[in-house]
Amino acid sequence: MPDIAYEQARHGSSIGQPLTRRDGFLKVTGGATFAADNRPEGMLHAVLAVSRIAKGRVAHLDVAAAEAHPGVVAVMTPQNAPKLAADPDAKNDPFTFRLDLLQNDRVRYAHQPIAVVIAETLEAATEGAELLAPRYETEAPRIGLDTAEPHKPQAVGAGDKTAATKGDIEAGLAGAARRIEAVYETPAQYHNAMEPHAIVAQWDGDRLTVDTPSQGMTMATMRLAGLFGIDPKNILVRSPFLGGGFGSKGFLSGPQVLGVMAAKLVDRPVKLVLRREQMFGPVGHRAETRQTLRLGADGSGALTALDHHTLTATSSHDDFYEPASALSRYLYAAPTLSTTHSGVRVDTGTPLFMRAPGEASGSAALEAAIDEMAEACGVDPLVFRQMNYAEAEPISDRPFSSKALRECYEQGAARFGWERRSAAPRSMRDEAGRLIGWGVGTALFPALMMQAEARAEIRADGSGVVAIGAHDMGQGAWTALAQIAADGLGLDLDQLDFRSGSSDLPNGGIAGGSAHTATAGSAIHAAAAAVLAQLSDLATNDENSPLFGAGNAGVYASKGRLIRRDDESRSESFTDILARAGRASISASGKGAPDPAARESYAMHAHGAVFAEVSVDPDLGQIRVTRLVGAFAAGRVVNPRLVTSQYYGGMIWGVSFALHENAVVDPRTGRVMNPNLGEYHVPVNADVPSIEAILVEENDPHVNPLGIKGVGEIGITGTAGAIANAVYHATGVRVRKMPITLDKLLG
Amino acid sequence: MNRFDYVRAQTVAEAVSAASEPGAAYLAAGTNLLDLMKGGVTRPNRLVDVTHLPDLDRIERLPDGGFRVGALVRNSDLAYDPTFAKAYPSVAEALLSGASAQLRNAATVAGNLMQRTRCPYFYDPASACNKREPGAGCEARGGETRLHAILGWSEHCIATHPSDFCVSLVALDAEVEIAGHEGTRKVSLDAFHRLPGDAPQHESVLTPGELIVALHLPAASAAFADHSRYMKIRDRTSYAFAVVSAAASLRLDHGRIVEGRLALGGVALKPWRAREAEVVLAGAEISETLFRQAADAALVAAKPSGDNAFKIELARRLIVRTLARAAAGTPARMPALPASAFASEKDTLHA
Repeated sequence: MPDIAYEQARHGSSIGQPLTRRDGFLKVTGGATFAADNRPEGMLHAVLAVSRIAKGRVAHLDVAAAEAHPGVVAVMTPQNAPKLAADPDAKNDPFTFRLDLLQNDRVRYAHQPIAVVIAETLEAATEGAELLAPRYETEAPRIGLDTAEPHKPQAVGAGDKTAATKGDIEAGLAGAARRIEAVYETPAQYHNAMEPHAIVAQWDGDRLTVDTPSQGMTMATMRLAGLFGIDPKNILVRSPFLGGGFGSKGFLSGPQVLGVMAAKLVDRPVKLVLRREQMFGPVGHRAETRQTLRLGADGSGALTALDHHTLTATSSHDDFYEPASALSRYLYAAPTLSTTHSGVRVDTGTPLFMRAPGEASGSAALEAAIDEMAEACGVDPLVFRQMNYAEAEPISDRPFSSKALRECYEQGAARFGWERRSAAPRSMRDEAGRLIGWGVGTALFPALMMQAEARAEIRADGSGVVAIGAHDMGQGAWTALAQIAADGLGLDLDQLDFRSGSSDLPNGGIAGGSAHTATAGSAIHAAAAAVLAQLSDLATNDENSPLFGAGNAGVYASKGRLIRRDDESRSESFTDILARAGRASISASGKGAPDPAARESYAMHAHGAVFAEVSVDPDLGQIRVTRLVGAFAAGRVVNPRLVTSQYYGGMIWGVSFALHENAVVDPRTGRVMNPNLGEYHVPVNADVPSIEAILVEENDPHVNPLGIKGVGEIGITGTAGAIANAVYHATGVRVRKMPITLDKLLG
Repeated sequence: MNRFDYVRAQTVAEAVSAASEPGAAYLAAGTNLLDLMKGGVTRPNRLVDVTHLPDLDRIERLPDGGFRVGALVRNSDLAYDPTFAKAYPSVAEALLSGASAQLRNAATVAGNLMQRTRCPYFYDPASACNKREPGAGCEARGGETRLHAILGWSEHCIATHPSDFCVSLVALDAEVEIAGHEGTRKVSLDAFHRLPGDAPQHESVLTPGELIVALHLPAASAAFADHSRYMKIRDRTSYAFAVVSAAASLRLDHGRIVEGRLALGGVALKPWRAREAEVVLAGAEISETLFRQAADAALVAAKPSGDNAFKIELARRLIVRTLARAAAGTPARMPALPASAFASEKDTLHA
């Protein structure tokens, strides 16, 4: 368990305070132990050998040469890989993804693991993997969206409907005074967390301990228990820190499991860390999409129809479909809606959830199409969005649990200076003659809730303990969840022992879907409330307590004391209450989960508006996003510093989506040709000279007891479209294939 | 691991001797070589570490006014040397547009000349590459070629040389001082790198064991200092290799070009000196029409090597812009974004 001290002086209640991250000091001093930093006694190094072909089979591996290399201890291949208790190719539910675990010689995608070399040193293992010199029987890979006839998926994303419609879309289009139809394309993108997937695995009989970055430790435990046929109670997963996850660490990946198998094979602790290029295959990606949008509007600029179809790719052997059309169900008030998906199977690794899965790609296309429609109607793109503002969720007609999008538009536009925009493309220039473009995009991300449990305790010395197997991916869970815990127990942060990041703690659920703070926070809140209720019972039923008989008025907790609501002069410390009751501590558990009744009645989403300014060299096509202003409404803000940071990260990802990220695949081989951070571009500081996030106030009484919506993913949505729209406004060129690179603007 | 010998040379003679063995490679900062070794792209059996050689880290002003830059001078140190940067501002600008600050702080000037192409097929050991394995073929042909060569390429290799620094140097007649078994020799940088022809594995004129010990910038080239610029088009604002780059240096007399120099980067397997354009510029009156004529002359022989015809038009426009920037004059201070289209200054074509 990491030793996280509270570095920050406290000011009043914790929620709402802009505390710096509590693990910051450890991280900048190298004191934070990431998975690959672990080095148990006797540990060996494992290195993957991965396939250079995308389809076929491994015909030969020179295992003898690898084994003969000094320092090599074992070579794990399908010949000797430990037997598994469950078929890793079995698909028992939509959230169990098929893994390639050396069960046969088949190759289904480039960079698929084909062997693991285990050695005394990393260098020996690396050279051993090289010496395997694989030979293949190669089949022509199927790459790209035109490689096969599309099929209709059973579901898209996380069990979302493949199709959802409202009204007669063709009638809506036919009756429109203005129509547009356009096709937008987004490329394959790879998560590329700074920290590669890594695992240190140790077996002790049938007990297993793994250090590995995970966004879902309980799921990882269950997957390992199933694959190895052991009791989940015998598995400990430790994941105190992640160097980014973005969805790629939500499910245990094949290479992580191979690390566990390697440790079993050699009966010693083993460390396995992916090389950067090995992350372009077996750990998921965002699939490419081709999205066709047809929009219609009446003479005034009110939408009459919105048809959003997504063609996307999944792997030859598993099902994950980027749900890019889904966002169009929730955003604009079109009386007729059609949102559909189709898929093709290609010879790549299985695509997976990647930060704002579906929403990011879908928003990039939808926001550009909305702009094209606004222009066709002769209406300012911000005004067009405000005119088509949905007062109820378009697909379901349910009211929103809360929606401060109007305020986002207004505050963002005011801060950005939108009213000074000149409407015509190519009509704005800076003093150096560069074309300036201003664009807007609406941001939306569903306010999800998962399932989580937490345990809270108050001890005789007045201190508190809150334990939850939550996940800090860098978003600040160590800090934000502790703030919720401190407030929940009525303690100052320095009186709280907050325990997290390990699977032997109560199930913290999944850090995904932008729902972790809301879900884990709700569990913590519930556990703390249950402890305080017990404490309150002890006091109010004890005639020696100043709180005796507080009765219906009740008590509340603050600074380690219970205080009567109806008479704040009457209070008692936790310490005194427990001492008189002769209790060393009291504890309770709590759960966080969606409220089915509320979710039946209300549509729940976070919203935002992003304004982008780009500068484009008129001759050379070079593009720079010179200004970004995002205004977001996502319920209660637990920590404005961390929330702002999340919005920045999301908006920068939007820059990346619009201008940079692109996995270049050679269709002849199926290999990604830029599998490194030198050539797979993401923005650098010079690409983001000015970024602002406005935290718009929003109170949501329905979403969960704390009123929290997620902030981790919404920043990407809206931003990519806003930038594309700004590039169009600057240049008059509508680039519908992302990323928008300078060659597409040369004309 | 792949075993190799490591020799830390104490003298140039010792280094030359140690590196004359087949399979030996010089190691300076290693900013490129170590990546290549880790990726299995190159597998030298002997590394000759030259970082401890004496006196190779000096920037010297020679009596004739020219500069001699030691092979081990760091990119950053050269770019920020005020006397050097004043004499050859386009070289400083090119250096500061390359890589990242961390890499520039480590990388040496000789290493910059010796860096390998960033062709992805060269970097991917599973792809056929005539540079890695002579006669294996060129898998870049017909592959992903957006950034490949438009000048001087052959069926055997369509890669480009990635350097910014070399582009500015070749425009200014820089020479390479090379130590070998027979003492030292000097080769013009323009003649140093080879075009691929049918032997793309031979990248320079160096023979086994030969070691770059210094670069020479002639005094005469400092006469261009008031009108020397480098521009680099790239897919993000910083830390990216050139899609196309250009170095332009002009000597002016009352609005007339006495002599012009032009070189291109990202277009060929060597820094590309555009002498045809220089003929057009010599003695001519400054105008945008002239710059277009120069650009056309520079690109007469250009042809796409794949899906990269846009680079020809981009190069044409970039030449015009870079010549215009050079004509407008070297800025008093290095722009905040060196070599960028977004360099903050007020002397561009559209001012």
